[in-house]
Amino acid sequence: MPFTNQMKLEFLSIPANISFARATVAAFASQLEFTLSDLEEVKVAVSEAVSNSIIHGYRNAQDRFIKVYAKLTENTLELSIEDDGRGIENIDKALQPAFTTDPERLGLGFVFMQSFMENLQVDSLPGRGTLVRMSRRVGARAVHNSQEH
Amino acid sequence: MLLDIEFKQDTLLVRPGGELDLSVADFFRNNLEESLDREPATNIVFNLAQVSFVDSSVLGVLLGRYKRVSKKGGKVIIVSPQPQVRKILELSGLFRIMGESDSEAEALLKLG
Ligand SMILES: Nc1ncnc2c1ncn2[C@@H]1O[C@H](COP(=O)(O)OP(=O)(O)OP(=O)(O)O)[C@@H](O)[C@H]1O
Ligand SMILES: [Mg+2]
Repeated sequence: MPFTNQMKLEFLSIPANISFARATVAAFASQLEFTLSDLEEVKVAVSEAVSNSIIHGYRNAQDRFIKVYAKLTENTLELSIEDDGRGIENIDKALQPAFTTDPERLGLGFVFMQSFMENLQVDSLPGRGTLVRMSRRVGARAVHNSQEH
Repeated sequence: MLLDIEFKQDTLLVRPGGELDLSVADFFRNNLEESLDREPATNIVFNLAQVSFVDSSVLGVLLGRYKRVSKKGGKVIIVSPQPQVRKILELSGLFRIMGESDSEAEALLKLG
């Protein structure tokens, strides 16, 4: 029978929970044969998505909830990170490298998610929230498309 | 987070430790700003040997301090990043504007 497993995590939008989320997902994903380096990359992707929910979705309000779903199939980790915050006006623009609505930031969160994971998909409605989905196959070489031109 | 900051030869030697993400970004930024206000530092050396994780929130802190010192002709050098941290710095393009050294001594020598 093919291996499948699932978990759901729901936690307050407090920055200290970012490391909780990435460590939990990495521990869960380690049920598949990911390398340590793979897991480090998954951690970065989780960290970026959860940070975005806190910073942009909830504008640093600490009393909102973020949901993380993870699913393992035989050889793939599937992840969803969801908030019911402010949402994204223009998703195409938000996904562009170096695009940010915050001058203190670099606009690299989605770049890292795209580099380290596969099938990045962003659904968002202004005023309603944002759902980020991505997956990672065991043995897949991450793309690492750096910003170099 | 762990953070040790020393002023030596015109340079702020910054030694953070642990996992650096949004939860420590303000603390890190404020400490660096206070040190730069206090010391006549031209350059910054970030020794990342004890840092096991970074994400984009911390890259913003590094870039912000780079902008501050480079305005006055100063340089920023990264020392001993662990492989997973180095990968993030490389992908971000920060190595195109910041130098890299294997040790603090080598970095200080470069900054002369
Ligand atoms: N969950 C979210 N809710 C609302 N807006 C979001 C969300 N995630 C991303 N965004 C928007 O998309 C933009 C790009 O996100 P991305 O993570 O790539 O860059 P950033 O967060 O601005 O900077 P960095 O990740 O480098 O710190 C953000 O500036 C923000 O406007
Ligand atoms: Mg981001």
